[in-house]
Amino acid sequence: MQSSITNTATRYGWPTIILHWLIGAIFIGQFVLGFVMVRIESQRTSFELIQLHKSFGFLLLGLIVLRIAWRLGNVVPTLPPSVGALERRAAPLAHFSLYVFQIALPLSGWALVSVSTLEIPTMPFNLFLMPDLPLAESDAAESFWSATHWYLAYAGIALVALHIAAALRHHLLLRDTVLRRIITPSSGGE
Amino acid sequence: MTARILGLAAFAACLAMPVYAAVALSDAAGSYTISPSGSSIHFTIGKAGGGGFDGAFGRFKGTIRIDNSDVGRSKVDLTIYPESVGTGQGRIDAFLRSDAVFDSANNPEIQFRSTNVTRTGDTTALVTGRLTARGKTFSEKFTAELGGLKSGTIKFHVTGKVLRSRYGMDVGTPLYSNVVDFDMTLMGRRG
Repeated sequence: MQSSITNTATRYGWPTIILHWLIGAIFIGQFVLGFVMVRIESQRTSFELIQLHKSFGFLLLGLIVLRIAWRLGNVVPTLPPSVGALERRAAPLAHFSLYVFQIALPLSGWALVSVSTLEIPTMPFNLFLMPDLPLAESDAAESFWSATHWYLAYAGIALVALHIAAALRHHLLLRDTVLRRIITPSSGGE
Repeated sequence: MTARILGLAAFAACLAMPVYAAVALSDAAGSYTISPSGSSIHFTIGKAGGGGFDGAFGRFKGTIRIDNSDVGRSKVDLTIYPESVGTGQGRIDAFLRSDAVFDSANNPEIQFRSTNVTRTGDTTALVTGRLTARGKTFSEKFTAELGGLKSGTIKFHVTGKVLRSRYGMDVGTPLYSNVVDFDMTLMGRRG
């Protein structure tokens, strides 16, 4: 019996599985939080939610770096035979795009707080001071990064929705192991 | 800083021998109305990583009464209108006026009523009083230094630290310090 840590040709190991769901939950949570925090009436709650959003953004950035490093050092399980030719080509592209969004979103948020003329410091979970990116502050730059962050968020969440739809299609319609094998390593074998 | 204190002391000494001798107090005695034109109320809040932000209140009113026979019975009353806060950044001003900080719509006044004045030097005094903001009242201390005394006017440089958390204004800690440093110039006109 192999250890369930590393990935094999047929299944994902625990680190991949845990990082997948943790990042997925934070990514969706960040979208909801970002949406609510700028619409809520109480300025105080809004301020606190924005700081929380920044904290989770940095956590996400840390986790995604870990995840990409883990992925590069591991094999990726092959897709089951039920996966068609088109999807075989589309899936890696979609997954690559998901990684791009997971990197781009926290970075664009970091850029946004760095150029903001409000100059609010960033302390992830009040633990330590996160320096700003070396970008020039201005109202114009703040508007630019704010818009960029929003567009990326909407595009990213659309991609996540597609990802979830594809997973459900595999599980419910094709009845293959694609969803199950990202839930537990023991479900991976064909 | 030391140089400035010495300078002020020298200034005060020159101002008139009579001023700080026993005679002086009787000269200064009386009631003064704080004049917004010659006065300012600045504050600074430190920020994590250094720096901080400065602000000032544009509107306030008050009175200073110097007791003839007993300095300790002198009184200072000051009312600040938080709606008039200004930091040079409109979004921060709006935030400060909102329910997050001053809630100036529901709490239009911040009040200070002195309860005790203790002389600490020729030109300095410790002013203790009750500060009321957002419905909460606590005892606070400010240092007042006489900065000038001319016919009909009196000027004090007032400094002090206030913990904003006590007044329900702790939003943003620890990104922003809980300590608010006040630096005021209060100029009173007799009458």
